[in-house]
Amino acid sequence: MAQEAENKDIDQYHYSRNLDNAVQYLSFALGKEEYGVDILRVQEIRSWEPVSRIPNVPCYEKGVVNLRGSIVPILDLRERFNLSKAEYTPLTVVVVLQTGDSNKTRIMGVVVDSVSDVISVDKTEIQSAPDFGTKVSNEFINGLVSVNERMVMLLDVDKLLKLEELDQDES
Amino acid sequence: MSIDMSQFHQVFFEECFEGLEAMESGLLTLDMGDIDSEIINTIFRGAHSIKGGSGTFGFTVVAEYTHIMETLLDEMRDGRRKVTQPAVDVLLGSVDCLREMLTAIQNEQNVNNASVEKHKTALEVVLNGGSVAEEPALPVEQEFTSENISFNDAPDVDEEESVGLEEQGWKIAFCPYLDLLKTGNDPVRLFRELNELGELTTTVNIQDVPGFYELDPEECNISWDLKVVGDISGDEIREIFNWVEGDCEMEIQPLAKAAKLPPVVKKIDPEPTPVIIPNNPAPKSVEVKPKPVTETKKPDSQDSDNEAAKTTAKASSIRVDTDKIDTLINMVGEVVITQSMLGLVGENFSMDKVGQLKRGLAQLERHTRDLQQSVMNIRMLPISFVFSRFPRLVHDISSKLDKKIVLKLVGENTEVDKAVVELINDPLVHLIRNSLDHGIEMPADRVAAGKPETGTIELKAYHRGGHIVIEIIDDGRGLDKDKLLAKAIEKGLIEENNLLTEKQIFELIFMPGFSTAEQLTDISGRGVGMDVVRRNIQSLGGNIEIISELGKGTTIAIHLPLTLAILDGQSVAVGDETYIVPLVSIIESINITERMLNKVAGKGETFRLRNEYLPVIRMRSIFNVHSGNPTKSKEGVLVVVEGQGELCCLLVDELLGQQQVVIKSLEANYRRVEGVSGATILGDGSVALILDVPGLVRFSIR
Repeated sequence: MAQEAENKDIDQYHYSRNLDNAVQYLSFALGKEEYGVDILRVQEIRSWEPVSRIPNVPCYEKGVVNLRGSIVPILDLRERFNLSKAEYTPLTVVVVLQTGDSNKTRIMGVVVDSVSDVISVDKTEIQSAPDFGTKVSNEFINGLVSVNERMVMLLDVDKLLKLEELDQDES
Repeated sequence: MSIDMSQFHQVFFEECFEGLEAMESGLLTLDMGDIDSEIINTIFRGAHSIKGGSGTFGFTVVAEYTHIMETLLDEMRDGRRKVTQPAVDVLLGSVDCLREMLTAIQNEQNVNNASVEKHKTALEVVLNGGSVAEEPALPVEQEFTSENISFNDAPDVDEEESVGLEEQGWKIAFCPYLDLLKTGNDPVRLFRELNELGELTTTVNIQDVPGFYELDPEECNISWDLKVVGDISGDEIREIFNWVEGDCEMEIQPLAKAAKLPPVVKKIDPEPTPVIIPNNPAPKSVEVKPKPVTETKKPDSQDSDNEAAKTTAKASSIRVDTDKIDTLINMVGEVVITQSMLGLVGENFSMDKVGQLKRGLAQLERHTRDLQQSVMNIRMLPISFVFSRFPRLVHDISSKLDKKIVLKLVGENTEVDKAVVELINDPLVHLIRNSLDHGIEMPADRVAAGKPETGTIELKAYHRGGHIVIEIIDDGRGLDKDKLLAKAIEKGLIEENNLLTEKQIFELIFMPGFSTAEQLTDISGRGVGMDVVRRNIQSLGGNIEIISELGKGTTIAIHLPLTLAILDGQSVAVGDETYIVPLVSIIESINITERMLNKVAGKGETFRLRNEYLPVIRMRSIFNVHSGNPTKSKEGVLVVVEGQGELCCLLVDELLGQQQVVIKSLEANYRRVEGVSGATILGDGSVALILDVPGLVRFSIR
């Protein structure tokens, strides 16, 4: 407990010392691993609700839901990362993320096991991802950072939400 | 105190374009033999209000120009001048010119002075002819006939971009380096010298000028686009710029040749400089000319900029009848009253108020439906918005082809969704051009075939059961089935011994790369084919069909949904999933059992419906639905649908009910899914996919 407080203080310290370098991430768990996404990309966090299935798409694209009038696709990150499947429970969480450039933003939901924390990270402390040691293919990972001696993998939201065959739909 | 006038600009431009349209249609309906003074009045009023408005907003070019038109029209109105076809043609030309000017001003670009001048001169010639017209009648006739020639020439010159006028001159992109001023050179002096050679127009490019605090007055951050008109040799110009050689980047091009020849870049300094005008995308500073011939710099990007600006301007506003808004406000009032009534019921709720509550809810439901309808009504525009441009098109093209054609418009007040109005224009233009070019025969041929010399094209719009139907009917030569077949076989589109129904043969013209025209003309037969027309119409959720009789004429009918935002749907269940089939594509639904289906050699199934074998698409397998009770698939419902002119059957588990659904885009956050045209939200908040029937048919074949 004391150590956590101390860590928070250090975070706070980083934050006040160098505003430019501090970035906040939302961390969440998939199995035993911990991941983080840029908090500015997170629109909201919802609980899992049944989706409408979309025919003939990769299995990690679970389907679409109605999010206050707009149709939002839901991706399962476990399946995306080839982790073992987990049952959806009322505690399963959907993190709604924004992606895209200034012209067009897309909203998508990702299914994760649980949301852990908001962590403040000094940009200079982010290490580049090594080529091994994780089941997630490296393309989605921006870097690694250790918080409280746990390793958090920081995900690149744009790459993560880039759907395959998105542009080649003209037949 | 000054008022920001720019806030009124949008309205002004809209009014101007409306006025121009009124003028144009007035000019086209003018009948030479019997002049209707009311029409002339209308045209005059249009010109007058444009003149007044542009004067107010300080668009003097427009005001001056319109003034000349107005003078001419005024004389016509007073009967001091006879209305002649050539004069009308000149006026039509000036309407175009005005439109160009206004568009340029609207997009904050420079007006193409050359073409304005040309139209002005043409107008003045007519006006001056008019001073003779006040004298005895006979010379007047002669005066006009002699002018006739020059007038008829005028539009041609216009199209080819008057070479004589444009050739004499140079276009200079002058981009000094930052330290030009430090070397003691003064651009103003250069320009003065240029001005002595010929008429100089300058466009200043100030986008590289830094903010005030970073501004170094000794640096030259400005660049120029110069245009000198006159009989000048290139050496003379180069001589002027001799002094600044090495201190600038410049490009000198003759005005007319510029488009034909690749630009001759005279690079004085071998070192690359950061600022090169041709790469500058800033639309404001670059002079844009509407005619492609004189465009020298990156015509593509400018064009698209231009287009983009136009389309956004178009999309930004909509004109709505005040009546419609009044109804809407009434509706909202009703809803508010019902809401407060319900609130009152809820305040001290007791069981004896249930009846009251139910009544209130029923009322709310009714009002909501009405409200929805009146909101949808706002998006509805009369189809005349599209139709009104066709008289001009027919007028221009028929005179170009030496054909005599009248265009009849029927049902212009039929209302359609704004989105449909915007998207239907291009396909219609294409179809009408086709009719003009290929459909209607030359007058001599028509007489020989025993038809009236003047061909008729009828453009007709009407409602039919939740649909709008647009028909293009011509009494031309019709489609030749044998020729179509021969062509299709020659191109390898079909097998030689295929038996096709009449309908299928006509469908052939929708295939990509299919053109029956023996020779390509500049009016039709170029690239953009009927397949594009059909694709556009299908993307609007409509379909297109052809009825034709050889020698009698062709009718092309386009069926479109009234609105793109809401459709009538039939919900069907497949396993645990619910899908919506657009009601318009459903022909009928039949309860069947498994054994009523016939398997066809290995793959595929058919169903025999009144002696016709129809292919069956199993929704379960095509969409990979595994949920639900599989035994149920032993018996199901066959929904007979029409997609791409062909019938086919969808096998679903059961029919759920019909309802109006609001179409939501899947692509906004997701992507296009094959066989699905969109999604909607059902009453319970869940999402249901809307089936794209033609897409499904295509998908199932693969």
